[in-house]
Amino acid sequence: MYKYDAVDRQLINERVEQFRDQVARWQSGELTSDEFRPLRLQNGLYVQRHAPMLRIAVPYAMMNSAQLRKLAFVARTYDRGYAHFTTRHNCQFNWPKIEDCPDILGHLAEVDMHAIQTSGNCLRNITTDQFAGVAADEVIDPRPLAEILRQWTTFHPEFAFLPRKFKIAISGSRDDRAVTWFHDIGLHLVERDGELGFRVIVGGGLGRTPIRGQIVREYLPWQHLLTYCEAILRVYNRDGRRDNPYKARIKILVQSLGVEAFARHVEAEWAYLKDGPATLTQAEYDRIAAHFTAPAYSAAVDGEIPAEKAFTRWLERNTHPHKVPGYKAVTLSLKKHGVPPGDITAEQMEIVADLADRYSFGELRISHEQNIILADVQQSDLHALWLAAKEAGLATSNIGLLTDMICCPGGDFCDLANAPSIPVANAIQARFDDLDYLFDIGEIDLNISGCMNACGHHHVGHIGVLGVDKNDAAFYQVTLGGRQGNDAKLGKVIGPSFSADEMPDVVDKIIKVYIENRHPDERFLDTLDRIGIDPFKNRVYEGRAHGKAKAAETEAA
Amino acid sequence: MAQLIKNGALSADTWQVLELAEGQSPETVALPAGDILFPLAVWQARKTEIISTHKRIGLLLKGSDRVEDIAGDLDYFIVIAIDFPKFVDGRGYSLSALLRQRYRFQGELRAVGDVLHDQLFFMQRVGFDAYALKDGKDAAIALSKGFAPFSDAYQASTDQPQPRFRRLA
Repeated sequence: MYKYDAVDRQLINERVEQFRDQVARWQSGELTSDEFRPLRLQNGLYVQRHAPMLRIAVPYAMMNSAQLRKLAFVARTYDRGYAHFTTRHNCQFNWPKIEDCPDILGHLAEVDMHAIQTSGNCLRNITTDQFAGVAADEVIDPRPLAEILRQWTTFHPEFAFLPRKFKIAISGSRDDRAVTWFHDIGLHLVERDGELGFRVIVGGGLGRTPIRGQIVREYLPWQHLLTYCEAILRVYNRDGRRDNPYKARIKILVQSLGVEAFARHVEAEWAYLKDGPATLTQAEYDRIAAHFTAPAYSAAVDGEIPAEKAFTRWLERNTHPHKVPGYKAVTLSLKKHGVPPGDITAEQMEIVADLADRYSFGELRISHEQNIILADVQQSDLHALWLAAKEAGLATSNIGLLTDMICCPGGDFCDLANAPSIPVANAIQARFDDLDYLFDIGEIDLNISGCMNACGHHHVGHIGVLGVDKNDAAFYQVTLGGRQGNDAKLGKVIGPSFSADEMPDVVDKIIKVYIENRHPDERFLDTLDRIGIDPFKNRVYEGRAHGKAKAAETEAA
Repeated sequence: MAQLIKNGALSADTWQVLELAEGQSPETVALPAGDILFPLAVWQARKTEIISTHKRIGLLLKGSDRVEDIAGDLDYFIVIAIDFPKFVDGRGYSLSALLRQRYRFQGELRAVGDVLHDQLFFMQRVGFDAYALKDGKDAAIALSKGFAPFSDAYQASTDQPQPRFRRLA
């Protein structure tokens, strides 16, 4: 994992002091609330429904045990003893006081953590694959280039006030686990003739106008990463719309110009920047890559794998192939039924830190599915790790299954939300609380967002649930067939929305249609692709009053 | 009246913007004498006339203006002012970077409009060297703290053409 040098550390310490000063000037009235707003957002500080929310960056998902213990300390000292992991490698505190935030950031800086550019209309946290560096299907470890991008984006003077937020994701594996097709810039690391480079995708995004990104350059040699990004950002900074925040993302610019014209603008700009001082050097790549060398793996140990059913299930769902024989990557589930997805208590954080120290070289990752990964666990340690994780409520064997849902904090916390999302998630978990049934249903992505900003990535869920507001009441719109990965696409809306109470039944009916129609080897998505959405739609809306009948029903009620 | 920060101190401002009132057009507006910041449209319409009547010429650019169009004219300008209609409108940073880094503009580059304390560091980095700090803001605090919140930077820009990784021993 990357270790800060003196300058890296000095910059985040200076950031804490800058923010302390900004808070003080806001309190004294020197800064108006409107002037303070973008500044606090660029430090991850939102003013929310009940209290401010502070969003801490976990750059490209990597964290060490000391950092997690510090988050536990902050949760206990300044919050209500828990935190929430998001879909973009961030950690959120929901109950801090604004005046405490400089001190919180000061504590975090002691372990090289910060909230820099975790919100606001600027270059956001870089995200990648939670299995980077260990995945069996990895072509190239994306983390050194992700760190190079982290440094480049940090306080970039030209791009601190973009038309809208800007998110970059980078993936180096055959299966895309970083949702690269739905980022402002998605980078696929590829090899061509033995040379490392990128496929550059621009203009993807979820939110209220979900659009799959398009390729602007099929192959970019790695040395040009920063100059090429600089060209993209400069075109966007100058020409992106600033008159309407809903039309301000780069995806709208790419759509309005057409990807060919957009690419021509970028290439014209890049012609001036190419081979300039920002061109990466082998020395710099090597300097950064030296931080991501493999840990001291041991030789594989032969041993009996206990045959307990619960353990076998956990092995099946919560452990993942590792490129080193005798090792596995392990997902600690933050999707225990009845708990808000992605939430973790201070005690659990400390336990995870201990487990990381004992079993995984003191490091961990946060997945965009809102779980924790211990990436380097020796197979002979798996049983002991499972027992400890189970004790801590972190071993629900549901990874990739229906109840491992992605869910935003929703209307219970978030000011933007139109509808609560956690109660819906919990109601669905309660309905599907039988692990045998969950295993029988098999792999399925259920994503819930409390509003069209799509923090729960509902568009790419196999089943997507979107909270909407109708006359001050919360309703939920359902989409089917969305997916992430190499064939990423958006789900289709099945019809009119449902009340929260109806949602467990709706999901239940969708699952039943799958079970009745599936071929033996089919996952949910395979059956859906084969039979189409109509059978699901018909079952869900069967006997449901709509049109005039519904109006009459409403009147009668 | 904005407070002009230049060379690390408050400074007297002799320049005035030529503002077009309703009904006035760049082609026909009267050209006042003195140190005038001409909007791009006026400069483009009246270039020859301005050159013959003004020894000292200033230009005012909006975020949407294309600096590419006046790349050949830069030697005429003592001052180029770039307008920030709102401090969150970041187009001016790219214009400044282009004027300094690509077109090698050597004159004064002045930030005008909604210019605030917390943007000064970024503005200085991309190449501004004069700042019309918004009226009512504390210029002394801005001078003492606004320009140096950070002691180093990762990226190449106008004030430091080498990225940090090329400056490592």
